[in-house]
Amino acid sequence: MILTKEEVIKIAQLCKIELTEAEIEKFQKELSVVLEYASELQQVNTDGVQEISQVTGLENVLRDDHARQSEYRDAIIANFPDHKDSFLKIKNIL
Amino acid sequence: MLANLELSELQDKLRKKEISSVELTKYFLERIKKHNESLNAFLTVTEDLALAQAVEADKILANEPNPGPLTGIPFAAKDLFSTKGVRTTASSKILDQFIPVYDATTIKKMYAEKTVMLGKTNLDEFAHGSSTETSAYGPSKNPWDLSRIPGGSSGGSAAAVAAGLAPFALATETGGSIRQPASLTGISGWKPTYGRVSRYGVIAMTSSNDSPGTMARSVKDLALTAEFMSGYDPSDGTTANKPVPNYADNLKSDLTGMRIGIPKEYFVEGMEPDVQARVMEAIEQLKKLGAEIIDVSLPLTRYGSLVYAIVTPSEISSNLAKFDGIRFGHQSKEAKTLNEIYTQSREQGFGDEAKRRIMTGTYALSAGYKDAYYLKAQKVRRLLVNEFDQVFQRVDALVCASVPNVATKIGFAKDNPLHGYIADQLNIPASMAGLPALSVPAGFGAAPDGPAGSQLPVGLQIIGPQWGEQTIFNIGHAFQQVTEWHKKFPEEFAD
Repeated sequence: MILTKEEVIKIAQLCKIELTEAEIEKFQKELSVVLEYASELQQVNTDGVQEISQVTGLENVLRDDHARQSEYRDAIIANFPDHKDSFLKIKNIL
Repeated sequence: MLANLELSELQDKLRKKEISSVELTKYFLERIKKHNESLNAFLTVTEDLALAQAVEADKILANEPNPGPLTGIPFAAKDLFSTKGVRTTASSKILDQFIPVYDATTIKKMYAEKTVMLGKTNLDEFAHGSSTETSAYGPSKNPWDLSRIPGGSSGGSAAAVAAGLAPFALATETGGSIRQPASLTGISGWKPTYGRVSRYGVIAMTSSNDSPGTMARSVKDLALTAEFMSGYDPSDGTTANKPVPNYADNLKSDLTGMRIGIPKEYFVEGMEPDVQARVMEAIEQLKKLGAEIIDVSLPLTRYGSLVYAIVTPSEISSNLAKFDGIRFGHQSKEAKTLNEIYTQSREQGFGDEAKRRIMTGTYALSAGYKDAYYLKAQKVRRLLVNEFDQVFQRVDALVCASVPNVATKIGFAKDNPLHGYIADQLNIPASMAGLPALSVPAGFGAAPDGPAGSQLPVGLQIIGPQWGEQTIFNIGHAFQQVTEWHKKFPEEFAD
Protein backbone atom coordinates (compact mmCIF):
# COMPACT_ATOMS: atom_id res chain seq x y z
CA MET A 1 0.00 0.00 0.00
CA ILE A 2 1.18 3.49 -0.86
CA LEU A 3 0.19 4.94 2.51
CA THR A 4 1.20 3.80 5.96
CA LYS A 5 -1.19 3.88 8.89
CA GLU A 6 0.85 6.71 10.42
CA GLU A 7 0.48 8.74 7.24
CA VAL A 8 -3.30 8.34 7.32
CA ILE A 9 -3.33 9.51 10.95
CA LYS A 10 -1.20 12.50 9.97
CA ILE A 11 -3.47 13.39 7.03
CA ALA A 12 -6.58 13.12 9.23
CA GLN A 13 -4.97 15.49 11.73
CA LEU A 14 -4.10 17.97 8.99
CA CYS A 15 -7.65 18.06 7.63
CA LYS A 16 -9.22 17.83 11.09
CA ILE A 17 -11.31 14.69 10.79
CA GLU A 18 -11.42 12.39 13.82
CA LEU A 19 -11.10 8.76 12.69
CA THR A 20 -11.79 5.53 14.55
CA GLU A 21 -9.24 2.71 14.45
CA ALA A 22 -11.43 0.86 11.91
CA GLU A 23 -11.70 3.95 9.71
CA ILE A 24 -7.94 4.45 9.71
CA GLU A 25 -7.50 0.97 8.26
CA LYS A 26 -10.36 1.40 5.81
CA PHE A 27 -9.06 4.73 4.50
CA GLN A 28 -5.48 3.46 4.39
CA LYS A 29 -6.66 0.89 1.82
CA GLU A 30 -9.02 3.17 -0.08
CA LEU A 31 -6.72 6.19 -0.32
CA SER A 32 -3.95 3.90 -1.48
CA VAL A 33 -6.21 2.61 -4.26
CA VAL A 34 -6.86 6.17 -5.48
CA LEU A 35 -3.19 7.19 -5.29
CA GLU A 36 -2.14 4.02 -7.04
CA TYR A 37 -4.65 4.73 -9.79
CA ALA A 38 -3.32 8.27 -10.23
CA SER A 39 0.31 7.20 -10.11
CA GLU A 40 0.16 6.21 -13.78
CA LEU A 41 0.41 9.94 -14.48
CA GLN A 42 4.14 9.47 -13.98
CA GLN A 43 4.20 7.73 -17.38
CA VAL A 44 3.44 11.01 -19.15
CA ASN A 45 6.49 13.00 -20.16
CA THR A 46 5.98 16.53 -18.83
CA ASP A 47 9.54 17.83 -19.18
CA GLY A 48 9.43 21.58 -19.75
CA VAL A 49 5.63 21.72 -19.39
CA GLN A 50 4.23 24.58 -17.33
CA GLU A 51 1.39 23.50 -15.05
CA ILE A 52 -2.04 25.01 -15.66
CA SER A 53 -4.56 25.72 -12.91
CA GLN A 54 -7.41 27.27 -14.89
CA VAL A 55 -8.44 27.68 -18.50
CA THR A 56 -10.21 31.04 -18.73
CA GLY A 57 -7.21 33.07 -19.88
CA LEU A 58 -8.26 35.70 -17.32
CA GLU A 59 -5.61 37.18 -15.05
CA ASN A 60 -5.75 39.31 -11.93
CA VAL A 61 -9.49 39.97 -11.94
CA LEU A 62 -9.91 42.76 -9.41
CA ARG A 63 -12.78 44.84 -8.13
CA ASP A 64 -13.09 48.07 -6.18
CA ASP A 65 -13.18 47.54 -2.46
CA HIS A 66 -16.39 49.27 -1.45
CA ALA A 67 -17.77 48.98 2.06
CA ARG A 68 -21.45 48.11 2.11
CA GLN A 69 -24.08 47.22 4.64
CA SER A 70 -24.78 43.49 4.89
CA GLU A 71 -28.43 42.61 4.40
CA TYR A 72 -27.90 39.18 5.84
CA ARG A 73 -27.04 39.80 9.52
CA ASP A 74 -30.05 38.11 11.11
CA ALA A 75 -30.08 35.20 8.67
CA ILE A 76 -26.38 34.57 9.32
CA ILE A 77 -26.93 34.59 13.09
CA ALA A 78 -29.86 32.18 12.66
CA ASN A 79 -27.43 29.69 11.06
CA PHE A 80 -25.00 29.80 14.04
CA PRO A 81 -24.99 26.41 15.81
CA ASP A 82 -24.87 28.32 19.08
CA HIS A 83 -25.13 32.00 19.93
CA LYS A 84 -25.68 34.42 22.77
CA ASP A 85 -27.60 37.52 21.73
CA SER A 86 -26.02 38.33 18.37
CA PHE A 87 -22.64 36.80 19.23
CA LEU A 88 -21.31 33.49 17.93
CA LYS A 89 -20.71 31.17 20.89
CA ILE A 90 -17.89 28.61 20.88
CA LYS A 91 -15.97 26.54 23.44
CA ASN A 92 -13.22 28.10 25.55
CA ILE A 93 -10.05 28.36 23.54
CA LEU A 94 -7.70 29.31 26.39
CA MET B 1 -50.12 14.52 -20.58
CA LEU B 2 -48.09 17.67 -19.87
CA ALA B 3 -45.17 15.83 -18.26
CA ASN B 4 -43.43 15.07 -21.54
CA LEU B 5 -43.84 18.48 -23.18
CA GLU B 6 -40.89 20.63 -24.19
CA LEU B 7 -40.52 24.18 -22.92
CA SER B 8 -41.72 25.77 -26.16
CA GLU B 9 -44.91 23.67 -25.99
CA LEU B 10 -45.55 24.66 -22.36
CA GLN B 11 -44.83 28.28 -23.22
CA ASP B 12 -47.36 28.08 -26.05
CA LYS B 13 -50.07 26.68 -23.76
CA LEU B 14 -49.40 29.38 -21.17
CA ARG B 15 -49.53 32.18 -23.73
CA LYS B 16 -52.70 30.87 -25.31
CA LYS B 17 -54.23 30.64 -21.81
CA GLU B 18 -54.94 26.94 -22.29
CA ILE B 19 -53.42 26.52 -18.86
CA SER B 20 -52.28 28.88 -16.11
CA SER B 21 -48.93 28.75 -14.37
CA VAL B 22 -50.72 27.88 -11.11
CA GLU B 23 -52.42 24.91 -12.80
CA LEU B 24 -49.15 23.79 -14.39
CA THR B 25 -47.36 24.13 -11.04
CA LYS B 26 -50.04 22.12 -9.22
CA TYR B 27 -49.80 19.47 -11.93
CA PHE B 28 -46.06 18.99 -11.33
CA LEU B 29 -46.44 19.22 -7.52
CA GLU B 30 -49.02 16.42 -7.73
CA ARG B 31 -46.67 14.32 -9.83
CA ILE B 32 -43.89 14.87 -7.30
CA LYS B 33 -46.21 13.79 -4.46
CA LYS B 34 -47.14 10.68 -6.37
CA HIS B 35 -43.75 9.58 -7.65
CA ASN B 36 -41.04 11.01 -5.42
CA GLU B 37 -41.24 8.19 -2.93
CA SER B 38 -40.14 5.67 -5.54
CA LEU B 39 -37.57 7.96 -7.20
CA ASN B 40 -36.08 9.94 -4.26
CA ALA B 41 -35.41 12.73 -6.75
CA PHE B 42 -36.41 15.67 -4.53
CA LEU B 43 -34.98 16.32 -1.06
CA THR B 44 -37.12 19.41 -0.49
CA VAL B 45 -40.36 20.39 -2.22
CA THR B 46 -41.05 24.14 -2.09
CA GLU B 47 -44.80 24.04 -2.59
CA ASP B 48 -45.67 27.40 -1.01
CA LEU B 49 -42.88 29.24 -2.80
CA ALA B 50 -43.81 27.60 -6.11
CA LEU B 51 -47.48 28.53 -5.85
CA ALA B 52 -46.62 32.12 -4.89
CA GLN B 53 -44.24 32.38 -7.87
CA ALA B 54 -46.88 30.88 -10.15
CA VAL B 55 -49.44 33.50 -9.05
CA GLU B 56 -46.91 36.22 -9.91
CA ALA B 57 -46.19 34.62 -13.28
CA ASP B 58 -49.89 34.42 -14.09
CA LYS B 59 -50.21 38.18 -13.49
CA ILE B 60 -47.45 38.81 -16.02
CA LEU B 61 -48.92 36.35 -18.51
CA ALA B 62 -52.28 38.14 -18.18
CA ASN B 63 -50.96 41.68 -18.46
CA GLU B 64 -47.82 41.74 -20.56
CA PRO B 65 -48.02 41.45 -24.34
CA ASN B 66 -44.59 39.80 -24.60
CA PRO B 67 -43.74 37.77 -21.50
CA GLY B 68 -40.32 36.09 -21.39
CA PRO B 69 -40.12 32.57 -22.81
CA LEU B 70 -39.69 30.89 -19.41
CA THR B 71 -42.42 32.88 -17.62
CA GLY B 72 -44.57 30.59 -15.49
CA ILE B 73 -42.60 27.42 -16.27
CA PRO B 74 -41.64 25.25 -13.29
CA PHE B 75 -38.14 23.89 -12.72
CA ALA B 76 -36.14 21.93 -10.15
CA ALA B 77 -32.70 22.86 -8.80
CA LYS B 78 -29.95 20.54 -7.66
CA ASP B 79 -29.53 20.95 -3.91
CA LEU B 80 -26.08 22.45 -4.48
CA PHE B 81 -27.50 25.82 -5.58
CA SER B 82 -27.96 28.19 -2.65
CA THR B 83 -31.59 29.23 -2.34
CA LYS B 84 -32.36 32.07 0.05
CA GLY B 85 -34.59 30.89 2.89
CA VAL B 86 -34.84 27.37 1.43
CA ARG B 87 -32.84 24.55 3.07
CA THR B 88 -29.79 23.65 0.97
CA THR B 89 -27.98 20.49 2.02
CA ALA B 90 -25.54 19.51 -0.77
CA SER B 91 -26.90 16.06 0.24
CA SER B 92 -24.64 16.19 3.30
CA LYS B 93 -25.49 15.77 6.96
CA ILE B 94 -23.07 18.59 7.71
CA LEU B 95 -25.53 21.00 6.04
CA ASP B 96 -28.70 19.17 7.07
CA GLN B 97 -30.34 22.28 8.52
CA PHE B 98 -28.51 24.94 6.51
CA ILE B 99 -30.62 27.87 5.27
CA PRO B 100 -28.70 30.02 2.75
CA VAL B 101 -28.86 33.75 3.25
CA TYR B 102 -28.73 34.58 -0.46
CA ASP B 103 -29.62 33.05 -3.84
CA ALA B 104 -27.04 31.72 -6.28
CA THR B 105 -26.72 34.05 -9.29
CA THR B 106 -28.28 31.41 -11.55
CA ILE B 107 -31.26 31.01 -9.20
CA LYS B 108 -31.66 34.80 -9.23
CA LYS B 109 -31.55 34.76 -13.02
CA MET B 110 -34.24 32.06 -13.14
CA TYR B 111 -36.45 33.98 -10.69
CA ALA B 112 -35.96 37.15 -12.77
CA GLU B 113 -37.47 35.23 -15.71
CA LYS B 114 -40.51 34.50 -13.52
CA THR B 115 -39.95 30.77 -13.46
CA VAL B 116 -41.38 28.62 -10.66
CA MET B 117 -39.11 26.60 -8.37
CA LEU B 118 -40.62 23.23 -7.46
CA GLY B 119 -37.87 22.11 -5.10
CA LYS B 120 -34.33 20.92 -4.55
CA THR B 121 -33.02 17.67 -5.98
CA ASN B 122 -30.79 14.92 -4.62
CA LEU B 123 -27.11 14.55 -5.57
CA ASP B 124 -24.00 12.74 -4.50
CA GLU B 125 -22.77 14.35 -1.28
CA PHE B 126 -21.18 17.69 -2.28
CA ALA B 127 -21.41 16.35 -5.87
CA HIS B 128 -18.69 13.78 -5.10
CA GLY B 129 -19.77 10.79 -7.12
CA SER B 130 -21.50 9.49 -10.21
CA SER B 131 -24.51 7.58 -8.87
CA THR B 132 -26.18 9.63 -6.05
CA GLU B 133 -25.22 6.72 -3.81
CA THR B 134 -22.96 8.96 -1.74
CA SER B 135 -25.94 11.16 -0.80
CA ALA B 136 -26.63 11.25 2.94
CA TYR B 137 -30.33 10.95 2.00
CA GLY B 138 -30.10 7.73 0.00
CA PRO B 139 -29.78 7.18 -3.74
CA SER B 140 -32.18 8.46 -6.38
CA LYS B 141 -33.58 5.84 -8.75
CA ASN B 142 -33.49 5.60 -12.52
CA PRO B 143 -37.04 6.06 -13.90
CA TRP B 144 -36.33 3.45 -16.60
CA ASP B 145 -35.49 0.78 -14.00
CA LEU B 146 -35.88 1.58 -10.32
CA SER B 147 -33.22 -0.94 -9.32
CA ARG B 148 -30.60 1.11 -11.19
CA ILE B 149 -28.72 4.37 -10.61
CA PRO B 150 -29.78 7.52 -12.42
CA GLY B 151 -26.10 8.49 -12.59
CA GLY B 152 -24.68 11.45 -10.77
CA SER B 153 -23.84 13.64 -9.25
CA SER B 154 -26.92 15.43 -10.69
CA GLY B 155 -28.96 12.21 -10.42
CA GLY B 156 -31.94 13.78 -8.66
CA SER B 157 -32.27 16.45 -11.35
CA ALA B 158 -31.93 13.77 -14.04
CA ALA B 159 -34.55 11.49 -12.48
CA ALA B 160 -36.94 14.44 -11.99
CA VAL B 161 -36.74 15.50 -15.65
CA ALA B 162 -36.72 11.95 -17.06
CA ALA B 163 -39.85 10.97 -15.07
CA GLY B 164 -41.65 14.22 -15.90
CA LEU B 165 -41.61 15.67 -12.38
CA ALA B 166 -40.12 18.91 -13.73
CA PRO B 167 -39.84 20.29 -17.28
CA PHE B 168 -36.19 21.23 -16.75
CA ALA B 169 -33.63 21.31 -13.96
CA LEU B 170 -30.57 23.22 -12.92
CA ALA B 171 -27.58 20.96 -12.38
CA THR B 172 -23.82 21.22 -12.11
CA GLU B 173 -20.82 19.56 -13.72
CA THR B 174 -17.31 19.14 -12.49
CA GLY B 175 -16.39 16.01 -14.43
CA GLY B 176 -19.49 14.44 -15.99
CA SER B 177 -22.15 15.25 -13.39
CA ILE B 178 -24.62 16.49 -16.04
CA ARG B 179 -23.67 14.44 -19.11
CA GLN B 180 -23.42 11.07 -17.35
CA PRO B 181 -26.84 11.19 -15.58
CA ALA B 182 -28.46 12.70 -18.70
CA SER B 183 -27.12 9.75 -20.68
CA LEU B 184 -28.26 7.13 -18.18
CA THR B 185 -31.80 8.56 -17.88
CA GLY B 186 -32.42 9.38 -21.55
CA ILE B 187 -32.60 13.17 -21.38
CA SER B 188 -30.57 16.08 -22.79
CA GLY B 189 -27.90 17.75 -20.68
CA TRP B 190 -25.67 20.78 -21.18
CA LYS B 191 -22.28 21.26 -19.54
CA PRO B 192 -21.24 24.83 -20.38
CA THR B 193 -17.85 26.24 -21.23
CA TYR B 194 -16.12 26.97 -17.92
CA GLY B 195 -16.70 30.67 -17.19
CA ARG B 196 -19.88 30.88 -19.29
CA VAL B 197 -22.17 30.46 -16.26
CA SER B 198 -21.65 32.00 -12.83
CA ARG B 199 -20.64 29.71 -9.97
CA TYR B 200 -21.62 32.30 -7.33
CA GLY B 201 -23.76 30.65 -4.67
CA VAL B 202 -23.18 27.13 -5.97
CA ILE B 203 -21.52 25.18 -3.16
CA ALA B 204 -17.97 24.68 -4.40
CA MET B 205 -16.43 21.34 -5.27
CA THR B 206 -13.55 21.89 -7.72
CA SER B 207 -13.48 25.60 -8.39
CA SER B 208 -11.37 25.35 -11.54
CA ASN B 209 -13.93 22.99 -13.15
CA ASP B 210 -17.34 23.63 -11.59
CA SER B 211 -19.84 24.52 -14.32
CA PRO B 212 -23.54 25.02 -13.56
CA GLY B 213 -25.76 23.96 -16.47
CA THR B 214 -29.18 22.53 -17.27
CA MET B 215 -30.98 19.27 -18.03
CA ALA B 216 -34.13 19.17 -20.17
CA ARG B 217 -36.25 17.23 -22.67
CA SER B 218 -34.55 18.54 -25.81
CA VAL B 219 -31.53 20.44 -27.06
CA LYS B 220 -33.81 23.30 -28.06
CA ASP B 221 -34.85 23.55 -24.39
CA LEU B 222 -31.22 23.50 -23.30
CA ALA B 223 -30.38 26.29 -25.77
CA LEU B 224 -33.23 28.39 -24.40
CA THR B 225 -32.25 27.90 -20.76
CA ALA B 226 -28.60 28.56 -21.65
CA GLU B 227 -29.47 32.10 -22.73
CA PHE B 228 -30.70 32.88 -19.22
CA MET B 229 -28.07 30.90 -17.31
CA SER B 230 -25.07 32.45 -19.07
CA GLY B 231 -23.26 35.72 -18.70
CA TYR B 232 -20.77 37.82 -16.81
CA ASP B 233 -21.21 38.03 -13.06
CA PRO B 234 -19.16 40.50 -11.01
CA SER B 235 -19.51 38.08 -8.08
CA ASP B 236 -17.62 35.33 -9.97
CA GLY B 237 -14.22 36.48 -11.19
CA THR B 238 -13.94 33.54 -13.58
CA THR B 239 -17.00 34.45 -15.67
CA ALA B 240 -16.19 35.92 -19.06
CA ASN B 241 -17.38 39.34 -20.11
CA LYS B 242 -18.66 38.06 -23.46
CA PRO B 243 -22.05 38.65 -25.02
CA VAL B 244 -24.54 35.76 -24.76
CA PRO B 245 -25.91 34.74 -28.18
CA ASN B 246 -29.58 33.93 -28.77
CA TYR B 247 -28.75 30.24 -28.85
CA ALA B 248 -32.33 29.02 -29.38
CA ASP B 249 -33.19 31.45 -32.20
CA ASN B 250 -29.92 30.66 -33.97
CA LEU B 251 -30.40 26.88 -34.00
CA LYS B 252 -29.77 25.16 -37.33
CA SER B 253 -30.90 21.76 -38.48
CA ASP B 254 -28.61 21.44 -41.51
CA LEU B 255 -25.06 20.37 -40.77
CA THR B 256 -23.62 20.92 -44.24
CA GLY B 257 -20.00 21.93 -43.95
CA MET B 258 -19.75 20.94 -40.29
CA ARG B 259 -16.57 18.96 -39.56
CA ILE B 260 -17.20 16.40 -36.83
CA GLY B 261 -14.30 14.48 -35.32
CA ILE B 262 -14.64 10.94 -34.01
CA PRO B 263 -11.89 10.40 -31.39
CA LYS B 264 -10.85 6.76 -31.51
CA GLU B 265 -9.68 6.74 -27.87
CA TYR B 266 -13.29 7.28 -26.73
CA PHE B 267 -14.20 3.77 -27.90
CA VAL B 268 -12.75 2.35 -24.72
CA GLU B 269 -12.12 -1.23 -23.74
CA GLY B 270 -15.20 -2.63 -22.01
CA MET B 271 -17.63 -0.39 -23.89
CA GLU B 272 -20.94 -2.21 -24.17
CA PRO B 273 -21.68 -3.36 -27.75
CA ASP B 274 -25.14 -1.75 -27.77
CA VAL B 275 -23.67 1.59 -26.73
CA GLN B 276 -21.10 1.38 -29.50
CA ALA B 277 -23.81 0.43 -32.02
CA ARG B 278 -26.01 3.43 -31.03
CA VAL B 279 -23.05 5.79 -31.34
CA MET B 280 -22.19 4.46 -34.81
CA GLU B 281 -25.84 4.83 -35.89
CA ALA B 282 -25.87 8.41 -34.60
CA ILE B 283 -22.71 9.20 -36.56
CA GLU B 284 -24.45 7.88 -39.70
CA GLN B 285 -27.37 10.24 -38.99
CA LEU B 286 -25.00 13.20 -38.65
CA LYS B 287 -23.41 12.26 -41.97
CA LYS B 288 -26.85 12.25 -43.60
CA LEU B 289 -27.46 15.71 -42.15
CA GLY B 290 -24.46 16.96 -44.11
CA ALA B 291 -21.64 16.72 -41.60
CA GLU B 292 -18.18 15.66 -42.70
CA ILE B 293 -17.00 12.86 -40.41
CA ILE B 294 -13.27 12.88 -39.64
CA ASP B 295 -11.38 10.27 -37.62
CA VAL B 296 -9.17 11.92 -35.03
CA SER B 297 -6.91 10.83 -32.20
CA LEU B 298 -6.58 12.24 -28.67
CA PRO B 299 -3.90 9.99 -27.18
CA LEU B 300 -3.96 11.56 -23.70
CA THR B 301 -7.67 10.79 -23.16
CA ARG B 302 -7.04 7.98 -20.71
CA TYR B 303 -5.05 10.30 -18.42
CA GLY B 304 -7.98 12.70 -17.98
CA SER B 305 -9.49 10.71 -15.12
CA LEU B 306 -6.09 10.39 -13.47
CA VAL B 307 -5.56 14.15 -13.54
CA TYR B 308 -9.05 14.51 -12.13
CA ALA B 309 -8.35 11.99 -9.36
CA ILE B 310 -5.67 14.37 -8.04
CA VAL B 311 -6.82 17.89 -8.96
CA THR B 312 -10.40 17.38 -7.80
CA PRO B 313 -9.64 16.08 -4.29
CA SER B 314 -6.98 18.78 -3.94
CA GLU B 315 -9.46 21.57 -4.58
CA ILE B 316 -12.08 19.76 -2.49
CA SER B 317 -9.76 19.57 0.51
CA SER B 318 -9.44 23.33 0.32
CA ASN B 319 -13.09 24.12 -0.45
CA LEU B 320 -14.45 21.84 2.28
CA ALA B 321 -12.16 23.25 4.97
CA LYS B 322 -14.83 25.88 5.67
CA PHE B 323 -17.19 23.25 7.10
CA ASP B 324 -15.81 23.40 10.60
CA GLY B 325 -18.95 23.32 12.75
CA ILE B 326 -18.41 26.85 14.01
CA ARG B 327 -20.49 29.37 12.08
CA PHE B 328 -23.04 27.16 10.32
CA GLY B 329 -23.76 23.51 9.69
CA HIS B 330 -23.54 20.53 12.00
CA GLN B 331 -21.69 20.95 15.29
CA SER B 332 -20.72 17.98 17.44
CA LYS B 333 -22.67 17.89 20.70
CA GLU B 334 -19.95 15.95 22.50
CA ALA B 335 -17.03 18.26 21.71
CA LYS B 336 -15.24 19.61 24.77
CA THR B 337 -12.56 21.70 23.09
CA LEU B 338 -12.36 23.92 20.03
CA ASN B 339 -10.28 21.32 18.18
CA GLU B 340 -12.87 18.66 18.96
CA ILE B 341 -15.57 20.86 17.45
CA TYR B 342 -13.63 20.74 14.19
CA THR B 343 -12.59 17.10 14.22
CA GLN B 344 -15.86 15.64 15.55
CA SER B 345 -18.20 17.86 13.52
CA ARG B 346 -16.35 16.88 10.34
CA GLU B 347 -16.21 13.21 11.34
CA GLN B 348 -19.95 13.15 12.03
CA GLY B 349 -21.02 15.46 9.21
CA PHE B 350 -19.13 14.13 6.18
CA GLY B 351 -19.80 10.80 4.49
CA ASP B 352 -17.09 8.39 3.38
CA GLU B 353 -16.59 9.74 -0.14
CA ALA B 354 -16.22 13.34 1.05
CA LYS B 355 -13.71 12.14 3.65
CA ARG B 356 -11.80 10.14 1.03
CA ARG B 357 -11.56 13.14 -1.26
CA ILE B 358 -10.62 15.60 1.50
CA MET B 359 -7.86 13.26 2.68
CA THR B 360 -6.60 12.42 -0.81
CA GLY B 361 -6.38 16.12 -1.58
CA THR B 362 -4.74 16.97 1.71
CA TYR B 363 -2.07 14.37 0.95
CA ALA B 364 -1.60 15.45 -2.68
CA LEU B 365 -1.05 19.04 -1.58
CA SER B 366 1.10 18.32 1.44
CA ALA B 367 4.78 19.15 1.73
CA GLY B 368 6.89 16.54 -0.02
CA TYR B 369 4.09 15.19 -2.24
CA LYS B 370 2.87 18.30 -4.02
CA ASP B 371 5.37 17.97 -6.88
CA ALA B 372 4.70 14.28 -7.48
CA TYR B 373 0.92 14.55 -7.40
CA TYR B 374 -0.66 17.98 -7.69
CA LEU B 375 1.86 19.74 -9.92
CA LYS B 376 2.36 16.65 -12.08
CA ALA B 377 -1.40 16.45 -12.61
CA GLN B 378 -1.58 20.15 -13.54
CA LYS B 379 1.19 19.62 -16.11
CA VAL B 380 -0.65 16.73 -17.72
CA ARG B 381 -3.76 18.91 -17.63
CA ARG B 382 -1.88 21.49 -19.73
CA LEU B 383 -1.08 18.77 -22.27
CA LEU B 384 -4.75 17.72 -22.36
CA VAL B 385 -5.78 21.30 -23.07
CA ASN B 386 -3.16 21.56 -25.84
CA GLU B 387 -4.33 18.31 -27.38
CA PHE B 388 -7.92 19.56 -27.60
CA ASP B 389 -6.70 22.91 -29.03
CA GLN B 390 -4.89 21.06 -31.78
CA VAL B 391 -7.80 18.82 -32.71
CA PHE B 392 -10.16 21.81 -32.86
CA GLN B 393 -7.95 23.26 -35.61
CA ARG B 394 -9.21 20.41 -37.78
CA VAL B 395 -12.78 19.83 -36.60
CA ASP B 396 -15.70 21.94 -35.31
CA ALA B 397 -16.83 19.41 -32.72
CA LEU B 398 -16.20 15.91 -31.41
CA VAL B 399 -18.80 13.17 -31.13
CA CYS B 400 -18.57 9.98 -29.05
CA ALA B 401 -20.45 8.08 -26.34
CA SER B 402 -21.37 9.99 -23.18
CA VAL B 403 -20.86 6.88 -21.06
CA PRO B 404 -19.47 3.50 -22.23
CA ASN B 405 -22.35 1.63 -20.56
CA VAL B 406 -26.02 1.82 -19.67
CA ALA B 407 -27.14 2.39 -16.07
CA THR B 408 -25.69 -0.04 -13.53
CA LYS B 409 -27.48 -1.53 -10.52
CA ILE B 410 -27.67 0.44 -7.28
CA GLY B 411 -24.94 -0.81 -4.96
CA PHE B 412 -22.31 -1.13 -7.67
CA ALA B 413 -20.72 2.24 -6.88
CA LYS B 414 -20.92 2.20 -3.11
CA ASP B 415 -17.57 1.54 -1.44
CA ASN B 416 -15.78 1.62 -4.77
CA PRO B 417 -13.35 4.52 -4.30
CA LEU B 418 -12.65 4.72 -8.04
CA HIS B 419 -16.25 4.68 -9.32
CA GLY B 420 -16.47 8.48 -9.54
CA TYR B 421 -13.35 8.59 -11.71
CA ILE B 422 -13.94 5.60 -14.00
CA ALA B 423 -17.69 6.17 -14.56
CA ASP B 424 -16.94 9.61 -16.01
CA GLN B 425 -13.84 8.71 -18.01
CA LEU B 426 -15.36 9.96 -21.29
CA ASN B 427 -16.56 13.23 -19.73
CA ILE B 428 -13.61 14.28 -17.63
CA PRO B 429 -11.09 15.29 -20.35
CA ALA B 430 -13.42 18.00 -21.71
CA SER B 431 -14.08 19.16 -18.14
CA MET B 432 -10.38 19.52 -17.39
CA ALA B 433 -10.08 21.69 -20.52
CA GLY B 434 -13.18 23.76 -19.65
CA LEU B 435 -14.95 22.81 -22.89
CA PRO B 436 -18.72 22.86 -23.52
CA ALA B 437 -20.44 19.53 -24.13
CA LEU B 438 -23.84 17.90 -24.41
CA SER B 439 -25.34 14.50 -23.87
CA VAL B 440 -28.34 13.73 -26.06
CA PRO B 441 -30.45 10.55 -26.14
CA ALA B 442 -29.30 8.20 -28.92
CA GLY B 443 -31.43 5.11 -28.34
CA PHE B 444 -31.49 2.16 -26.00
CA GLY B 445 -29.29 -0.76 -25.12
CA ALA B 446 -29.52 -3.97 -23.16
CA ALA B 447 -27.99 -4.13 -19.71
CA PRO B 448 -25.41 -6.95 -19.52
CA ASP B 449 -26.72 -7.81 -16.02
CA GLY B 450 -30.40 -7.28 -16.84
CA PRO B 451 -33.18 -9.56 -18.07
CA ALA B 452 -33.12 -10.37 -21.79
CA GLY B 453 -34.70 -7.58 -23.80
CA SER B 454 -34.19 -4.95 -21.10
CA GLN B 455 -33.76 -1.56 -22.67
CA LEU B 456 -31.95 1.34 -21.04
CA PRO B 457 -31.04 4.76 -22.44
CA VAL B 458 -27.79 5.43 -24.30
CA GLY B 459 -26.37 8.94 -24.67
CA LEU B 460 -24.40 10.61 -27.44
CA GLN B 461 -21.78 13.11 -26.32
CA ILE B 462 -21.02 16.23 -28.37
CA ILE B 463 -17.95 18.22 -27.31
CA GLY B 464 -17.21 21.70 -28.66
CA PRO B 465 -14.30 24.13 -28.52
CA GLN B 466 -14.22 26.80 -25.79
CA TRP B 467 -17.28 29.10 -26.19
CA GLY B 468 -18.59 26.71 -28.88
CA GLU B 469 -22.06 26.37 -27.33
CA GLN B 470 -23.88 27.27 -30.54
CA THR B 471 -22.02 24.60 -32.51
CA ILE B 472 -22.88 21.77 -30.11
CA PHE B 473 -26.48 22.97 -29.74
CA ASN B 474 -26.78 22.97 -33.56
CA ILE B 475 -25.48 19.41 -33.83
CA GLY B 476 -27.71 18.15 -31.02
CA HIS B 477 -30.75 19.98 -32.37
CA ALA B 478 -30.19 18.74 -35.93
CA PHE B 479 -29.91 15.19 -34.58
CA GLN B 480 -33.19 15.60 -32.67
CA GLN B 481 -34.95 16.81 -35.81
CA VAL B 482 -34.39 13.41 -37.43
CA THR B 483 -34.61 11.14 -34.37
CA GLU B 484 -37.30 10.49 -31.76
CA TRP B 485 -35.12 9.19 -28.91
CA HIS B 486 -35.51 12.36 -26.86
CA LYS B 487 -39.30 11.91 -26.98
CA LYS B 488 -39.28 8.50 -25.33
CA PHE B 489 -40.83 8.50 -21.88
CA PRO B 490 -40.70 5.79 -19.18
CA GLU B 491 -44.13 4.10 -19.22
CA GLU B 492 -44.25 3.61 -15.48
CA PHE B 493 -44.49 7.40 -15.06
CA ALA B 494 -47.08 8.06 -17.75
CA ASP B 495 -49.78 8.87 -15.15
